[in-house]
Amino acid sequence: MADEVILLDYWVSPFGMRVRIALAEKGIKHEYREEDLRNKSPLLLQMNPVHKKIPVLIHNGKSICESLIAVQYIDEVWNEKSPLLPSDPYQRSQARFWADYVDKKIYEVGRNLWTKKGEEQEAAKKEFIEALKLLEQELGDKTYFGGDKIGFVDVALIPFYTWFKGYETFGNINVEKECPKFIAWAKRCMQVESISKSLPDQDKVYGFIVEITKKFGLE
Amino acid sequence: MATNQEHVKLLGATGSPFVCRVQIALKLKGIEYEFLEENLATKSELLLKYNPVHKKVPVFVHNDKPISESLVILEYIDEVWKQNPILPTDPHQRALARFWSKFIDDKIVSASSKSVFTLDEKEREKNVEETTEALQFLQNELKGKYFGGEEFNFVDIAAVFVAFWIPLVQDIIGLQLFTAEKFPKLYNWSQEFLDHPVVKETIPPREPLFAFFKGRYESLLAASK
Repeated sequence: MADEVILLDYWVSPFGMRVRIALAEKGIKHEYREEDLRNKSPLLLQMNPVHKKIPVLIHNGKSICESLIAVQYIDEVWNEKSPLLPSDPYQRSQARFWADYVDKKIYEVGRNLWTKKGEEQEAAKKEFIEALKLLEQELGDKTYFGGDKIGFVDVALIPFYTWFKGYETFGNINVEKECPKFIAWAKRCMQVESISKSLPDQDKVYGFIVEITKKFGLE
Repeated sequence: MATNQEHVKLLGATGSPFVCRVQIALKLKGIEYEFLEENLATKSELLLKYNPVHKKVPVFVHNDKPISESLVILEYIDEVWKQNPILPTDPHQRALARFWSKFIDDKIVSASSKSVFTLDEKEREKNVEETTEALQFLQNELKGKYFGGEEFNFVDIAAVFVAFWIPLVQDIIGLQLFTAEKFPKLYNWSQEFLDHPVVKETIPPREPLFAFFKGRYESLLAASK
């Protein structure tokens, strides 16, 4: 039976990027469908009635929502190559913990960097750098969070790198200066084919952020 | 397996719904462990050592290796101790179990707490509305006796917060947030679940916990005056 795999996504979403990377890493043939978030498709509303958000992975008609859940699903179903989660249960728990940390810290705090001003922005800057430093510590001397090859945490985290130009410009921070190891890791990731072909250009993402800030008067 | 039973510790606090989740799983699987009660106002050095990132309970320690975050702990326990599995084997069913557990954490825990622990009526209204919508989604998901079907599973365990903690805190201010009238199916589930021998023996005593939360609400009131 031929697998039918569809990804409902939005080009600039770091959550969508995670699923794209996983699909690419496993070499899974799929149909990519770009959603207009101001005019969501009936399929999106049907497949994710609870959150009505992207990404949604649809495998043979069944939907899987929430990016990290979709990545784990992909890892479990297409398990013959490129494992994203380690095989040891303790290592798996640590990968899940750090991916959860990325969810809790990087997206929200990063967003505050370019949407807030004054004290709130200052607090966000501090929190953001602290979070990156903690991740640097966790990475240690490893090439990737997954070790010699990219793993669950790399997939969870690298998409946010495409938003860094926006964070840095609007948030007035210099990540490379504060967290050089983090940037070195990110650049290594961008050399990995499944990652580089799944992520949009940083300048395009930056252009998107500029547009949004203008539109909503956030500048 | 004897080696798996060695050195199992749980750092927790009686009264924490997240600690309770882990205790239910351990009890279900018949895993013996040492419980270390933490005083959350004065966190122990051990807690800070084992969970330097969040400094929270529960922390599960197996052969001196710590794991934090209740849902991460549950997955670990299920992978190491295979008896009485709490996650399904089918990948899509597993994805659904993870989805609903995350849904409880993201959409119900905070909103339901804010429905009670606020003095701002507008904020209360907003959170009540959010919680009600979320509980409706959760109820619609219930297709059998438990979220796990005939036996309770990962989602039921995550939902102990809904079964035990929401009714308890809503009573502090007489809020009709989760009631039998509003959510008959979900309410029935909660009674079945709380009555299950494993769960019954694990949930904390109601009275002292109610007193604790009532005290917290009263502090909130006092602080505003």
